Amino acid sequence: MQLDQLPLRKKAWIQDIDWAQMSEDEGKRLEALGIEEGAQVEALHRGVLFWQDPIAVKVGRMTIAIRKAHASAISVSENDESQPQ
Amino acid sequence: MSDAQANTSSLVALVGNPNAGKSALFNALTGARQKIANYPGVTVERKSGYLQLEDGTQVELVDLPGAYSLDAASPDEEVTRNVIIGAQDGERKPDAIIIVLDAANLDNHLRFALEVIDQGRPVIVALNMMDLATRDGLTLDPSALEKQLGVAVIPTVAVRKRGLDDLRTGLENLLATAGNEAKAVEKSTDPKANRKRAQDIAKKAIISETAGRQWTRSLDGILLHPVLGFVILLALFFVIFQAVFSWSEAPIGWIEMAFEWLGNKVSAVVPEGFFQSLLVDGMIAGVGAVIVFLPQILILFFFILLLESTGYMTRAAFLMDRLMASVGLSGRSFIPLLSSTACAIPGIMATRSISDPKDRLTTILIAPLMTCSARWPVYTLVVGAFIPAKTLSGGVGLQGLILFALFLFGMVAAMLVALILRSTITKGVNSGFLMEMPKYQMPRLRDVVLGLWQRASIFLKRAGTIIMVSTVILWVLLTYPKVPIDSDMSQVDYSIAGRIAGGLEPIVRPIGFDRDIALALIPAMAAREVAVAALATVYAIEDEDEDKQTESLRESLQGRWSLPTALAFLIWFVFAPQCISTIAVTRRETNSWRWPIFMVSYLFGLAYIFSGITFWGATALGF
Repeated sequence: MQLDQLPLRKKAWIQDIDWAQMSEDEGKRLEALGIEEGAQVEALHRGVLFWQDPIAVKVGRMTIAIRKAHASAISVSENDESQPQ
Repeated sequence: MSDAQANTSSLVALVGNPNAGKSALFNALTGARQKIANYPGVTVERKSGYLQLEDGTQVELVDLPGAYSLDAASPDEEVTRNVIIGAQDGERKPDAIIIVLDAANLDNHLRFALEVIDQGRPVIVALNMMDLATRDGLTLDPSALEKQLGVAVIPTVAVRKRGLDDLRTGLENLLATAGNEAKAVEKSTDPKANRKRAQDIAKKAIISETAGRQWTRSLDGILLHPVLGFVILLALFFVIFQAVFSWSEAPIGWIEMAFEWLGNKVSAVVPEGFFQSLLVDGMIAGVGAVIVFLPQILILFFFILLLESTGYMTRAAFLMDRLMASVGLSGRSFIPLLSSTACAIPGIMATRSISDPKDRLTTILIAPLMTCSARWPVYTLVVGAFIPAKTLSGGVGLQGLILFALFLFGMVAAMLVALILRSTITKGVNSGFLMEMPKYQMPRLRDVVLGLWQRASIFLKRAGTIIMVSTVILWVLLTYPKVPIDSDMSQVDYSIAGRIAGGLEPIVRPIGFDRDIALALIPAMAAREVAVAALATVYAIEDEDEDKQTESLRESLQGRWSLPTALAFLIWFVFAPQCISTIAVTRRETNSWRWPIFMVSYLFGLAYIFSGITFWGATALGF
């Protein structure tokens, strides 16, 4: 599942990030905000009206705003067992 | 503070992630005596102040832009990195560094802290926002953190001024023992290893963790609601907008009255002639033209700073992001553009909160297209004179409808221009919309007032001087050469401006304007609404009573202008950069003449083309 499809209030873990879908600076910013393989995420809020874009995602102790376009580059899984160590 | 003193005192840099409470700590440490400038060649702000240590020595404290990493992803971060490693143009290498950490966000903020500590510079850590961490149910052990990091860690609550004395003492010890040589430190350049280290250290520093109250989450449930949140946002800005207009009305009146009174007083004392005119019509009017912007700027920034310090601003950006994204901008452009509907000057100044340089530039360039309050007097005059006061079906007034259409036209034009700029001149990958959404906090009045004072002084010092100079130049253009007493020409006709208008006439004739209109447009460069007074001057309407003047001006326009000309004139004001102050602020905020020149050219170009289309279209339709 991609992060943009994750239902609200469901905890999930990041499996894989397709860095090719974003620029280098965007990638750096994502990493800096704690988006990395193995990190726990939870979608908290969706954007306005019918667009539902961007999404507010809880990463660790922080809440970040991320556009769907970027969230779709992030694969997540709802069980932690597959988390790479 | 003299330069000599500044150079002998130690330099301490304040660094940290965005939202770590860095600015609040900076304000608490330095007080109101702060200096704001730009780093050479970039539009990154350099904020500095002085901090008194226990032993009486003063150190210069510089507040570096918030950064997530030394591996810079923005111009702001680049400056921060360069200052830390001592490679920034216009900055000494700091003697010590204070790292500000958000206590409630340790694992994330420790990464940047570790990167900085690994540089081997003398470092002290301020473990800030301890109160919010407690509110979140976190119990931290600063001494464990100290042991792990190998540098002094001082718990602080900047907004309550807690821990500041300890921080000063710590800094004093650090400066006393610090040699200028970098310590040999084992540097881990691998970001992954760095993150792992950060998490391990955070784990050891956190004693216990309970669920805590989730204020922010519940509030966001309402304020970020896809429908309700949007409605609240619009309602909130409607109120702010009303306040900017209605609260500023009286102070603007007082300022105008005060400068008129001053002008009269000076006129009474100084003998008539060159000096009196220079003083009263040039200088005093020029200073007045600057000060008159202050009420709107102050009211608007009061709300902006208030919302910023509560954390709501990022929510507003979140809610508006999708709409702004459709023209290649991000949610952060919303507030500056909305502000521009009051006046482009505070709007352009508010673009400082846009981190992406291309987003910011695009927003600055389209800001003058948003219909500012100075256009309304011109619109109402011309619409009142040429559009019949009919009521259409549904009780909608035709005049009001046209006014609204003009407002909307400016906004649509701004969006289209943004779209075009974003795929040409400011082309590039949109930095997207990735940002931290800080926790809600009570606003800190002290920081709001300080921010307000800083914005006002930047405006007065930087933009104010250019605005004043250009007002004086306009005065010269309109006053010289003096019309001979036996001539039946008016002073305006005889002046340089009058002659320029004569030269402009063949250029503006194709879009339905004549020499008189061209002449009125010149003084309107001082401020758009001056066009009304200028038209009155051109058509030699001299009536002391303002209402009567407008009335006779309306009649005079009806007699002289055709409907196509009137419509073309309205469209001209939608686009034309008829405001030197906006150009001055753009110069200041983009740090070069290149962008204001570009802005002026494209706006005049559009004004000319669309006025022409309107004129010929209306003529062809037989209006």
